[in-house]
Amino acid sequence: MLLHFSQLPLSTFGKMTRLSPFKIALIFMVLFVVCADFVCCNNGRRVGDPLETELSGFSVPLEHSFELDDVAKFESRGSLLLKTGREPSVSLTQNQLSEEDRAKLKEVAAVDGLYRIRVPRVFLQADRQTEWQMEGHLTAFVRACAMVESHLSDVITLHSDVSGYLIGVSIVTLPGACRGTEVEDEVDLEVFNTTLSIIAPVNAPGPETALFLERMELESEKKGKNTQEQKSFFAKYWMYIVPLVLFLMMSGAQDQSGGGAGGGAANGGGR
Amino acid sequence: MAKLILLLLKLCILFFVVHAVFEDQVGKFDWRQQYVGKVRFSHFDTQMQSSKKVLVATESNVFAALNTRTGELLWRHADKTGPEGNIDALLHHAQDAVLVVGNGRMLRSWDVNIGGMNWEILLDSGSFRSACLVGQQGTVKHVAVLKKTVISVHYLSNGHQKWIENLPESEIVDYQTVYSGGNGQVFVLGIVPHSHITIVVYSMEDGEIIKQVSVEAPWLSNIPVSCVVVDQGILMCVDSTTMSINTLDLHQQLHMTQIPLQSLGLEVDPDFHPSLVSHQPNPAQKPLSEFFLQLGPERFLLLQLNNGQIVTLRDFKPALLASFATSGEKTVAAVMSPKNMTACSINLFSADTGRRLLDTTLIFTVDPNGGKPERLHVQAFLKKDDSVGYRVMVQTEDHAVTFIQQPGRVMWTREEALSDVVTMEMVDLPLTGTQAELEGEFGKKAAIQDGLMSMVLKRLSSQLIMLQAWIAHLWKLFYDARKPRNQVKNDISIENLSRDEFNLQKMMVMVTSSGKLFGIDSKNGGILWKRYLDNVPSNAAFKLMVQRTTAHFPHPPQCTLLIKDKDTGLATLHVFNPIFGRRSQVTPPALPQPILQSLMLPLMDQDYAKVLLLVDDQYKVSAFPSTKNVLQQLQETASSIFFFLVDSSQGRLSGYRLRTDLSTEQVWEVVIPTEVQKIVSVKGKRPNEHVHSQGRVMGDRSVLYKYLNPNLLAVVTESIDMHLERSFIGILLIDGVTGRIIHEAVQRKARGPVHVVHSENWVVYEYWSTKSRRNEFSVIELYEGMELYNSTVFSSLDRPHAPQVLQQSYIFPSSISTMEATLTEKGITSRHLLIGLPSGGILSLPKMFLDPRRPEIISEQSREENLIPYAPELIIRTEWFINYNQTVSRVRGIYTAPSGLESTCLVVAYGLDIYQTRVYPSKQFDVLKDDYDYMLISSVLFALFFATMISKRLAEVKLLNRAWR
Repeated sequence: MLLHFSQLPLSTFGKMTRLSPFKIALIFMVLFVVCADFVCCNNGRRVGDPLETELSGFSVPLEHSFELDDVAKFESRGSLLLKTGREPSVSLTQNQLSEEDRAKLKEVAAVDGLYRIRVPRVFLQADRQTEWQMEGHLTAFVRACAMVESHLSDVITLHSDVSGYLIGVSIVTLPGACRGTEVEDEVDLEVFNTTLSIIAPVNAPGPETALFLERMELESEKKGKNTQEQKSFFAKYWMYIVPLVLFLMMSGAQDQSGGGAGGGAANGGGR
Repeated sequence: MAKLILLLLKLCILFFVVHAVFEDQVGKFDWRQQYVGKVRFSHFDTQMQSSKKVLVATESNVFAALNTRTGELLWRHADKTGPEGNIDALLHHAQDAVLVVGNGRMLRSWDVNIGGMNWEILLDSGSFRSACLVGQQGTVKHVAVLKKTVISVHYLSNGHQKWIENLPESEIVDYQTVYSGGNGQVFVLGIVPHSHITIVVYSMEDGEIIKQVSVEAPWLSNIPVSCVVVDQGILMCVDSTTMSINTLDLHQQLHMTQIPLQSLGLEVDPDFHPSLVSHQPNPAQKPLSEFFLQLGPERFLLLQLNNGQIVTLRDFKPALLASFATSGEKTVAAVMSPKNMTACSINLFSADTGRRLLDTTLIFTVDPNGGKPERLHVQAFLKKDDSVGYRVMVQTEDHAVTFIQQPGRVMWTREEALSDVVTMEMVDLPLTGTQAELEGEFGKKAAIQDGLMSMVLKRLSSQLIMLQAWIAHLWKLFYDARKPRNQVKNDISIENLSRDEFNLQKMMVMVTSSGKLFGIDSKNGGILWKRYLDNVPSNAAFKLMVQRTTAHFPHPPQCTLLIKDKDTGLATLHVFNPIFGRRSQVTPPALPQPILQSLMLPLMDQDYAKVLLLVDDQYKVSAFPSTKNVLQQLQETASSIFFFLVDSSQGRLSGYRLRTDLSTEQVWEVVIPTEVQKIVSVKGKRPNEHVHSQGRVMGDRSVLYKYLNPNLLAVVTESIDMHLERSFIGILLIDGVTGRIIHEAVQRKARGPVHVVHSENWVVYEYWSTKSRRNEFSVIELYEGMELYNSTVFSSLDRPHAPQVLQQSYIFPSSISTMEATLTEKGITSRHLLIGLPSGGILSLPKMFLDPRRPEIISEQSREENLIPYAPELIIRTEWFINYNQTVSRVRGIYTAPSGLESTCLVVAYGLDIYQTRVYPSKQFDVLKDDYDYMLISSVLFALFFATMISKRLAEVKLLNRAWR
């Protein structure tokens, strides 16, 4: 029975609604044939001037931009304090939103504009302080309305690669949806409620041979025990088995051909 | 009891994925076509009059023999790809064919009759220059190989080296050619550019230098291009600057004699570089004293060297190609000249007099969808009356080879462009006429325009047409049934193409690197149309897109091919009908700017053609088709159209959003430093993929929801540092809309090449583990968890929680060439991975085996869930090979397409060969078996029906009788 069921496709429970991927965000995963050089032509971009603090860490500016015409114009939002070394950590000090900015953010949210952030590219494991700074920025965005409706509670994640280069930044708000709820700007849009973390790549596991071998050994031990039990079974009941076998041999001498055919059929069934 | 269950489990693992083909199913649903590649050298086997063999060595490093009657392969040897297996020279004498392979690395001799190898020897290092057979006293026993610094002579019988000599002054002199006239001497010709020719004469016996001469020739730069040897060792060089022929007797003279072409009464095309063609019928004898001089793109001259004087035997104008051929003692010259726009005529001329031979005209019809003739290979033979007959093999620009017999009968054509398929698509066939009629009747437009009466008439007429078609079908069935089975031909021509019941037969549109497009019937592999695009650059990248499928009758289906020059980035569009191959009437836009990215939107214009967006290097977007309707739709949806660009040279991934004025704005940027790692591949999901179930039922009946992000990209990187201990590969899962890094992992002590498949909620990749020195598979699966964030729609902008990531790795006992996942109509069928192995097998590996939830310790729940216990090694079972013994050489890609049956997935593997088959990952659960007993089931049904009728009647009678009693 088990055999039969497993032949059916495994993913057939029907209560789930079908996924309709293209409803809100459309993006097209395309085979890319792009390798041409390109120049970042974001106007008004300035390299942040980091403030060196301690020997073990340094701070870099976290900048944001929200404009009605969606042309990025980054202004300081706060500064990230990065601790370098084997296990990098990060903390954040950030300013409050001014009244002007609050109004602008609400306006941008009303026209479904974007709220962008950016951090400069840095190398977290540099020995000397001059080495950690690199050309360019990493940018991410979230819908401005989501920012407003979540009352400025966002989750910013910095991603580093194996050797400690910062490769990406991501921002999400909690909750993430835009429902068009009213937000009072004095109370809710003043202070950022940010959760910040830095994530290094995880090590992907290799094939797990040791555990498997252990399990195999255990199994073979079990098997060993089982064969002993079987032997004892035959030893116990041989007086019943032998006469039975003898009786079958005596009575069914001419039935043997039928037995053979039966065996063949059984094999066929297995296949 | 537990043991029994375990045993059952094992049995189930063993048996439920058995997919072996039955013997009588071989070739029923699958076909294979074998190719050799673009022909570089060819020799007709002339040792026997009745021989029907042509030897070809190709640019795909293949050496093969073709049957000249049918064009089929007699045998084929495919060497390594790349420069290592490159065939430098093919020499053929009697039964032996000698190949120089890999820039003079190997010398191999093959037996022509059976294709077996006679011997193989490794040559000394040094770049290869030339090779020739050396004859002596009428027999050919040696082969001479000239390299940059040495010349070696080998026995033809066993490959042993007879002698090897260093070339004198090889650091100054560039030796280029070796020649032997069959008199016990080997001539090596070298050149010092802008100065002189060096001629070194070796004795055949012991390799002693007999003579060494320098002859002034400051104008000469390349001997093989501008010089030939004719007659008794007389070197003829053509000088394109002074327009003259220079002759030099290799035996005696010390300076060249210049003969201006004007003195022969020939005017020369000033832009054309004239060239010479000579012919040496037998390496043991001197070459002919006649030779061809090509004076222009359409002009050849047959010249003869007679006592130091050049005599014009015949002037061929216009002539496209010319070639010599020998049969027995007779040598003929074949000349191809254009006849009209669609045909060329080939004529035979006596080589020693230039006289035209009677009844030797052969008409070659130039395929308007093919390329121009490029080379002419002539097989001459003596007829019974001692006249010369011939067949020709014409090679055209599109890599096709056509074999023609007099008076112009095409015996076979091989489309060798198909040995290098770059990309392909499968397109549904159109409906039949009757079905299309129905579609037309109920089409939207018709219903609105017409009144009631005309609709009734239309309905009647369509019913009539259907009745007619049905009767015709019945008649055909009846007619065919009377014929013996093998005579019933299923001729499929382009006119009667129609979709079958389950949409199993499709049109395969294949794009080859030569720029030739093919339309192939997926049922039997017949080429239904072909079209050669002659303006394709040699380093072009292709992308084929289906803009409109066949579903929108009466609009014809439409495919668009984007052809992009890899160096300049400039692109052109070729828009065509995939069913007939004809260029579409729609004029594609001119693209003056280099194109960075192209993307197909699910938006459609009023004619149901999907919108193609092209992003140029100014980040401006142009749409095709760009009607008002389309532009309006684009403006409405612009804020939700995101795309990404990858610049692997700078390690930069950046996301853009479309603005209403069709400009773009950058919204995110991820930079992977190129000092540490480089991006090797970015894989998204296939847009036509369907996922039927959003979750997996766990052992305790709860549901684990899949993270099904259609915008997810799998980015694979490789480390720059290739040291065994420090090399790694990185896997990044990035959301293509927001640029959010969903997951980042590194596989340490691993190296590429990495093969990736990305589908549903999983990514499978294969890499080489430098630590354990083996190939390993790894699978990543993403789950949302036990509850879904928003079950109705997925939006990348509103998915704040990161998914759970599960990963597991396995050992795979073979390296792989390519990998793809099966695809079915609704995604209900379980998935398999199709893996092309270098051995030529195509393995169908169930995805179940690559499941990170495979438990290490079996529990009641995992058993309930049908999870296979973890085993570190994936075993290759021979019954998983979907191509049984039909080896597919050098698989480069596998294409999968859904069919109309949910259980069936169509598979095409392409490389040097093309193989098409069907796979049933969950077996044919929606199809009755071939041997299904219709008779039995219907007779049982009828019997039951009658039994009920009779018993009912009997019961009634009984009741009546009881009532009377």
